[in-house]
Amino acid sequence: MKKEISILVIGKHEEILAVILRLLNKMENWNATGVNSCEELIKQCSGRNFSVVLLGAGLSVEEEQTVKSYVAEECPETALVPHYGGGSGLLYAEIYSALNIG
Amino acid sequence: MAQTVLHTADSRGGADHGWLKSYHTFSFAGYYNPERLNFGALRVLNDDRVDGGRGFGEHPHDNMEIISIPLEGSLEHKDSIGNVGVIDPGEIQVMSAGTGIYHAEYNKNKNVPVKFLQIWVFPNKRNVEPRYDQQAILTATHPNELVQILSPDKNDQGVWIHQDAWFNMGNLEKGHQVVYNFHKKDSGVYIFVLEGSVSVDGQKLATRDGFGVWDTSAIEITADTDARVLLMEVPMEF
Repeated sequence: MKKEISILVIGKHEEILAVILRLLNKMENWNATGVNSCEELIKQCSGRNFSVVLLGAGLSVEEEQTVKSYVAEECPETALVPHYGGGSGLLYAEIYSALNIG
Repeated sequence: MAQTVLHTADSRGGADHGWLKSYHTFSFAGYYNPERLNFGALRVLNDDRVDGGRGFGEHPHDNMEIISIPLEGSLEHKDSIGNVGVIDPGEIQVMSAGTGIYHAEYNKNKNVPVKFLQIWVFPNKRNVEPRYDQQAILTATHPNELVQILSPDKNDQGVWIHQDAWFNMGNLEKGHQVVYNFHKKDSGVYIFVLEGSVSVDGQKLATRDGFGVWDTSAIEITADTDARVLLMEVPMEF
């Protein structure tokens, strides 16, 4: 049985967030959850080790920095991946690269 | 000493969805090759052919500079910030996806395929306001010259994007030689041959081959046949 890859996606654009989650959850043994604020991200990360935190669109510079600092300090085993493109084009390559799959 | 990378046309990834045939120079969608992720800030170079009357339904993008260049046929565009238009060969379209944008792209014609390049460049700033533009490319009126079609400066020739990138296109007659001088010393230039054969600093390239050059300040391009080339200068670190 393949190990589950857990992905937490943070993004402010609700429709794009929904598309990203749908695309990620289509993949076998990938389990993606979405949040739209730093507070929710911290709550989700407390007590759970995500494989990847995907930094989606619409966050302010300060919010992106908060996420980066939190993940680096509190979740050192979690890969932080800035997402680009907003759809299926780069999404899978970003996760594969972060986790050295393929 | 200059460093180089060669991507021959037949080494590209591919996708065949029937109505859409696409060649991917770099990893994209279902094609993943960890050795082919990007050339500096150039992340996507897709060589697409869409059947008549077909296209990409409404779909989102964010945080990417997306450039479309039709080669044959006409491409219809509609987006969520109110732009509706058609781009034809001899034009370039740019979209800064920024905080998020929805768009649809269709072949304008029912019976003729549209062939176009879709190029994605990483932006130098995340979450910019989405924007769209399209302009004419002036290569037809300037043979044997490299014509700038994209830059980082909205007051410069061609469209502009949120990145220190310069694109040039040239229609070169057999035997003609041109020199391209880099704008920045930490840039690389990716040459994509649209038609014909050229030599770049001695490296022979055929149609649809790609060749990246960096750690140098200029390159010399010689047309081995009548040829059409696209040069993309991008930062190697960004």
